Amino acid sequence: MASAQPAPAPAHTAGPSLVDTLFQRSLDDLVKSLRADPSAAGESAAVARALSEIHREIRAPDAATKAVALQKLTYLSSLHFTPVASHPLAFPAIELLASPSLPHKRLAYLAASLSLHPASLSLLPLATHQLHKDLSPSASAAATHRHVFALALQLLGSPAAAAAPDLAVHLAHDLVPHLSRGSPHAIAAAARVIAGAPSAAVPVLFKPLAACLASPDPRASTAAAAAFCDLSAPPADAAPFLPLAPDLYNLLTTSRSNWELIKVLKLFARLAPLESRLAARIVDPVCQLLTRSAAMSLTFECVRTVLTALPAHDAAVRLAIGRVKEFLAAADDPNLRYLGLVALGMLGPGYATTVNDCRDVIMRSLGDADSSIRREALHLMMGMVDENNVLDIASMLVSHAAKSDPEFANDILGAVLAACGRNVYELVADFDWYASLLADMARSLHCAQGDEIGRQLVDVGLRVQDARSELVRSARTLLIDPALLGNHFLFPVLSAAAWISGEYVEFMKDHVELVEALLQPKTNVLPMSVRAVYIHAVFKVLTFCLSVYVEKLGDSSKEVDVVFGGLAIDQTVFGESKVALGSAQEQDIRGSTVRKDPFSHESILYMINLIETTVGPLVECNEVEVQERAHNLIGFVHLLRHIQELKEKKVADDDKQSRVKELVKTMRTVFCQELGPVSVTAQMKVASPDGLDLNENLAELADIVSEDDTAPSTSIFFYPRSRDSVETRDEPAVSIGSSSLSEHRKRHGLFYLPTGKTEDELSDYPHASDTLPSCSNETVSDDKSKTVEPVFAGKKSKSTKSRPKVVKLDGEDFLSSMMATANVPKEDPLSGALRGVLLGRDAMASPLQKASDVNSEAMLKKMGTNESSFQRIENLGSHPASNSVTSKQNHDKEKGTDPPESGAKESRKHRSSGRSGHRQGKHKHRERSSTQPDIVPQAPVIQDFLL
Amino acid sequence: MIQAVMVISTQAKPRLLKFYNFQPPEKHQDLVRSVFQLLSARPDSVSNFVEVDSIFGPGTKMVYKHLATLYFVFVFDSSENELAMLDLIQVFVETLDRCFKNVCELDIVFNFNKLHTILDEMILGGQVIETSSEQIMKSVEEIARLEKQSSTTSLIPKSISERFSR
Repeated sequence: MASAQPAPAPAHTAGPSLVDTLFQRSLDDLVKSLRADPSAAGESAAVARALSEIHREIRAPDAATKAVALQKLTYLSSLHFTPVASHPLAFPAIELLASPSLPHKRLAYLAASLSLHPASLSLLPLATHQLHKDLSPSASAAATHRHVFALALQLLGSPAAAAAPDLAVHLAHDLVPHLSRGSPHAIAAAARVIAGAPSAAVPVLFKPLAACLASPDPRASTAAAAAFCDLSAPPADAAPFLPLAPDLYNLLTTSRSNWELIKVLKLFARLAPLESRLAARIVDPVCQLLTRSAAMSLTFECVRTVLTALPAHDAAVRLAIGRVKEFLAAADDPNLRYLGLVALGMLGPGYATTVNDCRDVIMRSLGDADSSIRREALHLMMGMVDENNVLDIASMLVSHAAKSDPEFANDILGAVLAACGRNVYELVADFDWYASLLADMARSLHCAQGDEIGRQLVDVGLRVQDARSELVRSARTLLIDPALLGNHFLFPVLSAAAWISGEYVEFMKDHVELVEALLQPKTNVLPMSVRAVYIHAVFKVLTFCLSVYVEKLGDSSKEVDVVFGGLAIDQTVFGESKVALGSAQEQDIRGSTVRKDPFSHESILYMINLIETTVGPLVECNEVEVQERAHNLIGFVHLLRHIQELKEKKVADDDKQSRVKELVKTMRTVFCQELGPVSVTAQMKVASPDGLDLNENLAELADIVSEDDTAPSTSIFFYPRSRDSVETRDEPAVSIGSSSLSEHRKRHGLFYLPTGKTEDELSDYPHASDTLPSCSNETVSDDKSKTVEPVFAGKKSKSTKSRPKVVKLDGEDFLSSMMATANVPKEDPLSGALRGVLLGRDAMASPLQKASDVNSEAMLKKMGTNESSFQRIENLGSHPASNSVTSKQNHDKEKGTDPPESGAKESRKHRSSGRSGHRQGKHKHRERSSTQPDIVPQAPVIQDFLL
Repeated sequence: MIQAVMVISTQAKPRLLKFYNFQPPEKHQDLVRSVFQLLSARPDSVSNFVEVDSIFGPGTKMVYKHLATLYFVFVFDSSENELAMLDLIQVFVETLDRCFKNVCELDIVFNFNKLHTILDEMILGGQVIETSSEQIMKSVEEIARLEKQSSTTSLIPKSISERFSR
């Protein structure tokens, strides 16, 4: 209790709790006590004290005490993240919702809307009744009541209520009178309710909400436009909102409020791609706004609408680009520059030259102080990349990364790696350049993209034969640089470089240097997995050098003696003192001949010695991977020595030499097998083992799989029938057991199979796989891999150097196409509800037709109320094409033939080919409608202006 | 829609938090922290927009204004216009300034309820319902008047009835 600091008693302290409330600390006192000691410990102590107080006070019978306690608790949970179990806060809040005192009620509503948690939903039914009461019109003072329902709406729009669909179901009807009054609060709350519980709220609220769009009160129409804008936001499907187009068009041309226009433009940007005629209708008003508007927010929205939804209207796009360039040129306003870059990013591929024109601005923006601008500029840069300029842009970006701060540098490197690696290096024509670029990226100061660089290094090596020599050179520069060992992000790159240098050792120039690099003392900082790769690479290099050496020797057996004689000496030295090896003798050898010829016996000797000194100790490494590789390598060296010992046992020289040769050759062949990339679909190529009868298994499944499941497999038309007959006629056989089914089929096949070739078709049974057969056949026929010619080779090849072959497996096309299809938006519950409710009658119709049905339905409804505006808008449309369309539709409407209309829409959607086909028919209708203008019913007229 | 409104001091203390999309309470502190980290890393005189996909989900942007010791932050999705949101922050700050006569951080610290009242008159369920600071002021003043009225009228009957009930 704040005895030291008596709280100013609230005005309404009276009654039994006088003593308590007199000393109850108000929220202000709480804030003061929290601020008294700003240290974390002091604050948490104050919070703990306050909480214990609150827990006592909140149970007080007196509403005033309870309200203050609730207020304090709300404050603590909101701004001090006090973990308040949902229950203790939620219950008093709901209790106080019913308080007759406005301040208490307000506190309770605030607490409820801030802190009601979906976990406390069990309490919401208690609140439902109170909300219902507060929302319903009452006799109390008008001003107070208006405020009370605003509070209730505030709670209804809060996230907690959105998680409680029941609330929406019960209260949707209460919103309707407020909606019809055009209250912006109610409109906003209705939008949240619809979003939270589409199936329950749409039937009740959608139409009143739509009516608000036409409200003469600009506040109502603005709120309604905002509500629909929110409801049609991307995950949802915008198609059900097409019927609102007339009202929105009306707002677009008449509204003077920038807020409202922005929302309307956003809605049109979502609707226009769904209905091509809509774009033609809105392009003029949007351009007018674009030229006329002084408000930058509206201008930017117009630009966005034009660039995203009206890309086919060249004049409008040019106008928008003009404004974008103004944005970009705003030197003193980073906001406009940022938005200018964002707008450039919306330009379609058709306007790539425009983006290219702005290249200087974009390049400059890469060095901007603002990370948002930099990121947007990088995004644009990557959008500009094509096969012709990838070299310039990527090189420029990588050199720019060196000058940037660590985070952005890695954004740049990541973007370059992603762009160049896309679709199996589609853009890269010069792999020599790319190999050195990858090395440059790894050496870049802040590089943290080691994983991807390492992966691509190896991947390029596997896929592009022509790039290997350059890759090996890059790998060498990476391996000999001891500084790189200091950056732990680069370990994957070093691992890849070591692997490349070992695998493609034949391209290496200086093998001794490589072995030294791979065995340099600093490699002990590497993780064990990478060290294992290093050791294995040394193994490969040594084998290669030996094999070349042995080849070179030919028949001169003496030299072999020299080498292995040397080996024998070394062995004794090795036994006595390892240190001696690193001394003068070694330096001497190194200095003279080794550099010149890696395959001379001195250099081989040197390598072997070096290996023994450095790898030898690793034989006792406790990491098995390293230990194993070290054992392999040391074992190989010992094997060589063993042969040498044979000599002392007087084995013939020839025999010894041939054994050396044999050994070296064998080891070399072990590593000579070319490694290649593995397809993700490799499993499909695996031949099914003997004894596994796929047909048999699938046949058994037929009894389990329902008809619906099998229906889509169109390739087997006879199959469903046969299954039926199995069920109906041959019931006993099925019941006996599925194992006997195949026997049964063999015996009675003719009864239920339509053709005489029973056996054939039976054995061919899994037709389902016929959908992917061409692919699998191909993979079998050229099993290993197929070489894909560069995609753009046909188009243009400006590069002087022809692109090397890149190994691409067929599965990879399949992967990318699968990713593309995965993005197809699914039916969302909101649009489903809208459709279901508004159209109810025709569940099977296509979405497009549904939308058109809604159009006409909504149109008809509005006809009576808003005719003048329709007519006005209709006059705006002077395109002959749209007139003809109208009249055709009129005609269809008169005859009541829906299907042809939907067909026409369909074809319009699918562009010109179908369109020309319909033209002839339209002419007649146009003549007709022009001669008899009076007879045309009104509904179709609206149809016209909509589109 | 607007997904969140935050006022954070330059000392990383939240002064006002309101989420219009459900965010679990235990996550609030992390959200404030990551937003503050983003903001404090930005120098002055750069743009007011930050993409915050990693914090608030795909497609979200944040617009902020740094005034004296406070950051005013609005988080929104693709249904809002960036510059309009910047204007809305201006409206909010203007309203606070009118309400408190030269608003400073202390006003905001000590007027938790009033701040929410102002915000609620401006935004409901993530939708902007009023953009004129005069109109907002009018409503807020009316609410204050009603509250006063209500507390004085309720005082007498309540205390009397309570006395009788004893």
